[in-house]
Amino acid sequence: MSTATEAASEEIHESEEAHDDHDHGLSDFGYIKVALLLGVLTAAEVLLYFVDTGPIEVPGLLILMVVKFWIVVAYFMHLRFDSKLFTWMFVGGLVLAIAVYAAMGTSMLFWTDPAGCDLSPNLDC
Amino acid sequence: MTDTPATGSTAAAVEPAEGDEPQIAYPRTEWDDYEIIPPTTSLSNEKLTMWTFLGSDCLLFGALISTYLLLRNRQPLSGEGSLKAADLFDIPFTSVSSFVLLMSSLTMVLAVSAIARGEMERCKLWLLTTAAQGAVFIAGQVYEFTSFYREGLGYTVSISSSAFYTLTGFHGVHVSLGIIMLVTLWVMVNRGIIGPERAETVEIIGLYWHFVDIVWIVIFAVVYLIP
Repeated sequence: MSTATEAASEEIHESEEAHDDHDHGLSDFGYIKVALLLGVLTAAEVLLYFVDTGPIEVPGLLILMVVKFWIVVAYFMHLRFDSKLFTWMFVGGLVLAIAVYAAMGTSMLFWTDPAGCDLSPNLDC
Repeated sequence: MTDTPATGSTAAAVEPAEGDEPQIAYPRTEWDDYEIIPPTTSLSNEKLTMWTFLGSDCLLFGALISTYLLLRNRQPLSGEGSLKAADLFDIPFTSVSSFVLLMSSLTMVLAVSAIARGEMERCKLWLLTTAAQGAVFIAGQVYEFTSFYREGLGYTVSISSSAFYTLTGFHGVHVSLGIIMLVTLWVMVNRGIIGPERAETVEIIGLYWHFVDIVWIVIFAVVYLIP
């Protein structure tokens, strides 16, 4: 009995030590650099909005949005340095949300009529 | 055979002290030979709970964003109620408030970093700065809503305006709750209730704060910038 418990405690202790040794993020200067990058990406987004870039505008804005999202989650929320279980909990919810609402958009013909679900615009709302 | 261990002749009633409930002495089983073994993940339950909550909150904002996308052009073509939020957007103004919210994530992470090092004064300063930046963002949203309302875009003018106000309003409520949590945290740090040994509490509130920031990153791009 006690041998099993001791072994388990030892395992936990080792695990905690490994956890403590794990890199928990960047230095303060590193965070400032990440924030500056986010500022630059936001400026790029606004520039894309005001400058007529034709067909690359929407994909460009979506890519910048995803990059900013990932940077905040990975560095400011420490997900890159933390346990994979946290990543799975968050990404699970995110993927579920995207799947459910993509299915909803599909069922309401949103993709074929991106102006909105209402296919009869004269409808008095 | 029953599942109840306290049946049969092996269970004995212990004489209760005066005023106490009678206690049952359970028979010794093979499971008593094992001590309770703590979980071996060495992960914080509180942190895991926050991540689970944030994962579920994605569904809430996913619903609100997709509803807005579906209904954004659903308003009468002319007359009262034909106005939509996208006609009134002031992108330079919203860009500045987005930038302020983005920078509040920086000050939040600096507060987490400071408390982990035991620099309490610096932590308090960053917490207050973060709360102040959140307050600036909320003030900007109140200004935006007020100017939209004055232009004639009320909440019930059309289903499109309702979807817009519901989405951005829900985000505003999240930011406001975050500000309340940050100020409470500042008070607790100031009174010494939270010290470096409980730095994880600040980190967990920080996770919530960063989440409202990433939600705004999506709203800013999808609702405001994409035509």
